[in-house]
Amino acid sequence: MDGIHDMGGKRGFGQLEEPTDAPPFAEPWEGKAFVIGALAARIAGTNLHAFRHAIERVPPSEYLVGYWNRWTIGAQIMMEDSGIITDEQVRARAAQLSGQDVPEPPAPEPHKPQMPSGGAGNLRSRDTPPAFAVGDEVRVADLDPVGHTRLPRYVRRRAGTVTAIQPCQVFPDTAAHFVGENPQHCYAVEFDSRELWGADAEPFRLSVDLFEPYLEPAK
Amino acid sequence: MTSPAEHIDPALRVEALASLLAERGLIDEATIENFVKTYEQSVGPMNGAKVVAKAWTDPEYRARLLADGTGAIAELGFKGPQGEHIVALENTPTTHHVVVCTLCSCYPWPVLGLPPSWYKDPAYRSRMVREPRRVLREFGLDLDDSVEIAVHDSSSEVRYMVLPERPAGTEDATEEELAALVTRDAMVGVANVAAP
Repeated sequence: MDGIHDMGGKRGFGQLEEPTDAPPFAEPWEGKAFVIGALAARIAGTNLHAFRHAIERVPPSEYLVGYWNRWTIGAQIMMEDSGIITDEQVRARAAQLSGQDVPEPPAPEPHKPQMPSGGAGNLRSRDTPPAFAVGDEVRVADLDPVGHTRLPRYVRRRAGTVTAIQPCQVFPDTAAHFVGENPQHCYAVEFDSRELWGADAEPFRLSVDLFEPYLEPAK
Repeated sequence: MTSPAEHIDPALRVEALASLLAERGLIDEATIENFVKTYEQSVGPMNGAKVVAKAWTDPEYRARLLADGTGAIAELGFKGPQGEHIVALENTPTTHHVVVCTLCSCYPWPVLGLPPSWYKDPAYRSRMVREPRRVLREFGLDLDDSVEIAVHDSSSEVRYMVLPERPAGTEDATEEELAALVTRDAMVGVANVAAP
């Protein structure tokens, strides 16, 4: 989906943050947020792709508050989707923890998705051989799915060259919606910066890993 | 669905979620502590630094690392979440690699730990694929125009780490001394390794 998360090439985000040797969690709540997100897919009976898609559905104003905020809300959305908790429960609990006397909302009925899994992790195999080979010229398809995708918008319709065949993997676009792992071949595709950003672009090469359904022969 | 209109303080939301999940037996304090301790103490850029130092001192290991990053990294005992398939990108005098994730914040956890704040920040994610030379300069890395920049956007489950160039003047350094020179930023590609 074209959402706030698809940030490649967007302007207006300003200055970079200064690199520091800060520890991974600036405050204790961030560590707890990390663990809730890390366990959320298991608790909700979902998968990594569904978690990424839940984070993509965090409202933009909340998404931009910060990483651990969007991570936490993404985990909550995914657990809401599986009937583990409701937003009303979270709000009531937050109010109670703040010392307010609010009634306890009812717990939802769990309805976890049931999608067969080919095993742990995301590397899989496929009976059909890869459609493209190293050196092939390809063009990224003009795809604009409403659901999850790992096709960044800034390479859509652009032409590039296959530079490596990556491991065959679970297809995020279907797995995130629990309609099947649907493993796909995956390629490192390299683009010239001028193909992406025009003749005045800084000269550089850019490589993106793209799944076979995202690609067409260049021609 | 969460309403954008009613923002809850993130720390309070986390407490509320943790409390709801704990009373259902879905999460507990010991698990939280273990996870946090692992990523604060055991999984971090010191792991990747060992990989780099070994590659600098052992040509056969370097060849294995470039041919099969995941396998060579596992030889040193580093594997786990977000490390199913790791590719090492070798910097040379003419090519400089740098890694970004424009869609979220994918990062090779087993070798670098959890990503730093700047890597997850919209400014880095949006700009690195459009103006990398300028971004690197703002990070203090002013590459010669003769050096070609190769940006890698981590959009699949493949994870990338950069094998930086070994700095001059380290011919006599031990593997351990070399590892101490290697920084997280150099293994993402936004810095070079400085001579001691």
